[in-house]
Amino acid sequence: MRIADLANPSRFLRAANLAIPWLGGATALLFAFALYRAMLAPDDYQQGATVKIMFLHVPSAWLGMLCWALMTIAALGTLVWRHPLADVAAKAAAPLGAAFTLLCLVTGSLWGRPEWGTYWVWDARLTSELILFLLYLGVIALWRTVEDTSRAARAVAILTIVGAIDLPIIKFSVDWWNTLHQGASVFRIGGSTIHPAILVPLLLTAAAFTLLFVTLLLAAMRNEILRRRVRTLRLLQASAAG
Amino acid sequence: MLPGWSNRLPPRHESPNESEMTPLTALLLRDMRIAVRVGGGALIGVLFFLVVVSVTPFAVGPDLTLLKRIGPAILWLAALLASLLALDRLFASDHEDGSLDLILTGSAPLELVAAAKGVAHWLTTALPLVVAAPLIALLLDLDGPAEAGLVLTLLVGTPALTFIGLIGAAIAVTLRRGGLLLAIIVLPLTVPVLIFGVAAANAAVAGPVPFGTPFTVLCALTLASLVIGPFAAAAALRLDME
Repeated sequence: MRIADLANPSRFLRAANLAIPWLGGATALLFAFALYRAMLAPDDYQQGATVKIMFLHVPSAWLGMLCWALMTIAALGTLVWRHPLADVAAKAAAPLGAAFTLLCLVTGSLWGRPEWGTYWVWDARLTSELILFLLYLGVIALWRTVEDTSRAARAVAILTIVGAIDLPIIKFSVDWWNTLHQGASVFRIGGSTIHPAILVPLLLTAAAFTLLFVTLLLAAMRNEILRRRVRTLRLLQASAAG
Repeated sequence: MLPGWSNRLPPRHESPNESEMTPLTALLLRDMRIAVRVGGGALIGVLFFLVVVSVTPFAVGPDLTLLKRIGPAILWLAALLASLLALDRLFASDHEDGSLDLILTGSAPLELVAAAKGVAHWLTTALPLVVAAPLIALLLDLDGPAEAGLVLTLLVGTPALTFIGLIGAAIAVTLRRGGLLLAIIVLPLTVPVLIFGVAAANAAVAGPVPFGTPFTVLCALTLASLVIGPFAAAAALRLDME
């Protein structure tokens, strides 16, 4: 079976039913190991143990952006290639991405209160991340406002592609503007500037978050396919009765 | 209920005590159900609230001390505009599909019908705003007694905004572009509510005026609007529908 065969919803459902339990188990194990390593990591010389919010804050920020990038690819799949599962993936991914972005904003806010003295500041990185959150909410609202699913998919696809401009803004905001937020220390030219004792647990939690996202996305896609089938059956039944 | 399921078809399973419900309760529940479904716009008010508050620092600058000073005013304006959004669909959607004619020939007094629709609008549009307000107030660096005072004034003042808005919604019901006329009619009438709401919220922060003075007047305005709104709306509906 080629990977392109998964475009068939029924084959996708069978593959998802097989994969999801294993992925869920792997996620749980990886989370346990990653959190164990995170707890063992040393405290920061200035921030003390507060620095460990980073192990939640940074991966959720990465996942929020990764999810929008995936939604953009799905949007292209809907508009350009008419892939049958592209809009299912986009619809399933939106709430997940919104949740990760919200987690990033909330953990960052709680981290900022002791370290910066304020819950919020309107600097470039925080503001562009908040804009990303608003874009996610806008996409979710658009899905729920347009009744016809295929029309909604096309409208959401355009909004997603336009919103993708925010991703490089978020990434480079700390370089382009004078921000309170810390500069790039992992993905930068010249390599990471974080000591391995903290970098390794960070990458482990990031991998755990990514696996969690994949598991939840497949489960949500499965639910969406089944939901559409139930709706079609109900419509057929209603038209046969009436 | 399934997303995308038409909100004009009757649901398949009525509640078991349906025959014991009064017409007003049935109308209230119906309005609330329509508001939370596709195209209803219940939680879009909160999203609009968040967007308006997020856009303000781009206009006035990110200086936190300035934002803290005008914070209560911004939040009140945003709440007013968000309430206004859902008002023009209040009677117009029922007028479009003919249910307003049915309601007019029904047994329930039109004043109580208007009051029931006002309650449904407040519960689905304004109450989520009040619940979200504490978090959104953090974006403008309001916390502690400032935030508590602001949320309390919003809780007490938003019913006034809804019930005064009822009058405009009823007047504009038969018009096509009624939304703009509605705003022109309603906004001047809500000015006293705005004045005392912001005064009370500011009094909670600092200032010689104790919180209770403008707050009591705000309560009085709300109570008066709870009476005047439905009567004026009913009179306007009778005139419009003749």
